[in-house]
Amino acid sequence: MSPPAQSKAPIALGTRGLSKAFGSLPVARDIAINLPVGARYALIGPNGAGKTTLINLMTGMLTPNAGQIFLGDEDITTLGPQERVRRGLARTFQINTLFAGLNALEAVTLAVTERRGRAGRFWRGVGSDSETIDEAYDILRKLKLGDSCYQVTRELPYGRQRLLEIALALATRPKVLLLDEPAAGVPPEESGEVFEAVAGLSDDLTLLFIEHDMHVVFRFASHIIVLVGGAIFTEGTPAEIAADPGVREVYLGKRKHG
Amino acid sequence: MLPPVFGVLFDGIAYGMLLFVLSVGLSVTLGLMNFVNLAHCAFAMLGGYVSITLVNDFHWPFLATLPLAFLSAAIVSVVLERTLYRRLYRSSDLDQVLLTIGLAFISVAIAAYIFGTIQQPVETPALLRGAVDFLGLGLGKYRLFLVGTALVVTILLVAGLEYTRFGAQVRAAVDNQRMARGLGIDVDRTFAATFALGSGLAGLGGALAIEIVGLDPNFAFTYLVYVLIIVSVGGLGSIAGSFAAAMLIGVSDVAGKYYAPELGAFLIYLVMVAVLMWRPAGLFGRR
Amino acid sequence: MPSSAATMTPQGWLRTQSRWHPLEIAFWLATLLPFVLFPDYLSLASQIAITALFALSLDIILGYAGIVSLGHAAFFGIGAYSAGLLAKFGWGEPLTGLAFAAAVAGLVGLAISFVIARFRHFTLIMITLGLGLLAFEAANRAHWLTGGSDGLQGVSMWPVLGLFKFDLYGYTAYTYSLVVLFVVFLGARRLINSPLGLALRGIRENWVRMPAIGADSQAHIRKAYTIAAAMAGLAGAVLAQTTESVSLESISFQRSADVLVMLVLGGAGRLYGGLIGAIIFMVARDQFSGIAPQYWYFWIGVLLVTVVMVLPNGIIGGLSHFYARWRGK
Repeated sequence: MSPPAQSKAPIALGTRGLSKAFGSLPVARDIAINLPVGARYALIGPNGAGKTTLINLMTGMLTPNAGQIFLGDEDITTLGPQERVRRGLARTFQINTLFAGLNALEAVTLAVTERRGRAGRFWRGVGSDSETIDEAYDILRKLKLGDSCYQVTRELPYGRQRLLEIALALATRPKVLLLDEPAAGVPPEESGEVFEAVAGLSDDLTLLFIEHDMHVVFRFASHIIVLVGGAIFTEGTPAEIAADPGVREVYLGKRKHG
Repeated sequence: MLPPVFGVLFDGIAYGMLLFVLSVGLSVTLGLMNFVNLAHCAFAMLGGYVSITLVNDFHWPFLATLPLAFLSAAIVSVVLERTLYRRLYRSSDLDQVLLTIGLAFISVAIAAYIFGTIQQPVETPALLRGAVDFLGLGLGKYRLFLVGTALVVTILLVAGLEYTRFGAQVRAAVDNQRMARGLGIDVDRTFAATFALGSGLAGLGGALAIEIVGLDPNFAFTYLVYVLIIVSVGGLGSIAGSFAAAMLIGVSDVAGKYYAPELGAFLIYLVMVAVLMWRPAGLFGRR
Repeated sequence: MPSSAATMTPQGWLRTQSRWHPLEIAFWLATLLPFVLFPDYLSLASQIAITALFALSLDIILGYAGIVSLGHAAFFGIGAYSAGLLAKFGWGEPLTGLAFAAAVAGLVGLAISFVIARFRHFTLIMITLGLGLLAFEAANRAHWLTGGSDGLQGVSMWPVLGLFKFDLYGYTAYTYSLVVLFVVFLGARRLINSPLGLALRGIRENWVRMPAIGADSQAHIRKAYTIAAAMAGLAGAVLAQTTESVSLESISFQRSADVLVMLVLGGAGRLYGGLIGAIIFMVARDQFSGIAPQYWYFWIGVLLVTVVMVLPNGIIGGLSHFYARWRGK
């Protein structure tokens, strides 16, 4: 087990002593994480370890009992979720949280409009803002959603919906992106597209992704954090983690991956 | 000699007890399934009409009709739950509101058709006529009976929740539905049973109410507002909350009529809005 | 992939969403028919136009933002009483009266919107119900101002544009109501097709996702609610002006409930749903005005149960569903 490499890279997202309990049930214990800019970190752990909870705490959907969260130099602990998004922290959801009745174009256009602060306008049509629309379509094209962008979201195949999850997050022009099991539930023939999308993300973008599939983790991650029972069990490079007998016992050893 | 204000207080408490019996079922089912059942007071009305019919047409003694009032409302609720309500558990609030309001409208029309629109004449059973003298106050026997019945219901409910397995399932499901399902609790069946119980209590309340407030087809709506206020102020899924809120509303309403008729319902609505703004889940509610 | 999309650009597609459909034009032309076909029913037609405007205002918050309000008549009544009182106290000019009523209703709506935007589900329903009932009680008790249950008397209007008097024949009334409805409708149409309209739909479709894309849902809701309140106030004002009276009914729960039924009947979130629903509801009520109220509500009850169980998107939803299937999409 080794702490994250001392890098001169500035920290994009960091937490100090982050803790949360539901009544007497602790779900996050004194979590300290540092994501350097451009990082590709994976967050793994058994079910119920608190991985999604951690993302909820980082994004502001849950309020911690103690601890702090930093985005760059800024303390964002008391900021609301949309404020954090505006400052460049975005996430995708493990279970598709999409606008079922809108199509992909409308959804991403909405996200871009919000980012540009124009969503409150009610006197001009959505169709009149060509810059916004072009940007939205660009994002969709990059994720191979361009030709299905007129189809209503609920009719999209599941893999496409997962891609739309990512598109919506990217529309906010994040500096840090938290991906919650991006390929979860995607059939094998479509999951390649999702991984391509993740691989194609810019190097400036700092990434933390929750993943269960260890092949994906070893392929994309430069550093792995293992979460067990709401606390960081260990962290290190993929090689270190793979060799760690403690991790094997707690997690790897008990799961079979196809 | 107690001053008359205690008499008003007693009347208010009795009224509050009645409102509690009417409301508690809705509070628990709302807290349990978040299902907005605006037909709740229609079940109360059903119980009332069953009781009236048995007394006036079949010459049953009033007290014997009470279990029937409970049962008839419970049975009808089971039928409706199976056929209609069940499909809407995961629907929007609006759909639930519309369906149940629609059912309430239908029930009012049926009641008007069968019984006419005037208030039903009812004869107080001899046992419960008159008043008991207590420190100079005349406490109505019927109201004493009402308070007694409501307290028995309360004790049975609280004991049932605390000490029976079914009660534990209800509490678990109210607290955290997902976890309860995960523990193997059949939440849908728990809800169906609780719903029947709650509706049955409403039916009982409807029968008890006849003597105090009278029964006509508009009952389903007139008291719906009070019940909704009690449930939202008291807190969804909380028996203690319903009890407290019912007492509060009951006493305020009666006291208001005596001492400040000008204020009327205004104060009650204001209190409700204020409480909800301060505590959106009600005084004793969770979440 | 439909062939039209092959030549469609994203901007083009978005633009076509706001294009006028021939059926819409037919609808608005049809609103002129009462002048020719039903000249004896112009006052009913006027009532329908007013109610349609009210239903449209509810659609903005219910159909688009997803806010279930059981007290929307509060704004209708506030608009009605404002316009009525302005005329009663000496200023009977109709158009400025409308502006005044809309402003008053809008301001109250703005204040209330800070409360409304913070709550959801059952709590929100109860708060809207409570506020609506409070408004009714306030109007009822303040009979020195509102006339209480006797209604507001002495509302006398000056001719519209100095030329057209509100008379018993109803020509002026219907023209006036229809014009106001159409103009506000154009505004509502614009709103729906604007970024705010898209944001409202986003709020309705997925409340949780909105903050995750950086949206301030509460601010959007406040805006929409204020606009809807002003619109409802306008509708109330037109009623007050065309009938030269205001009654407690205009701020009653009954009005709040009826407009909800109309909107659901026609189909919420489809802009024309409230209009269609209002027409059908009001015409039916007029035709069946002889029967006792509880039997009328029996059929409303049956209708509601049917709509919820069978036709979730109201009449328009059902029609467009069948139309799409017929077209073989």
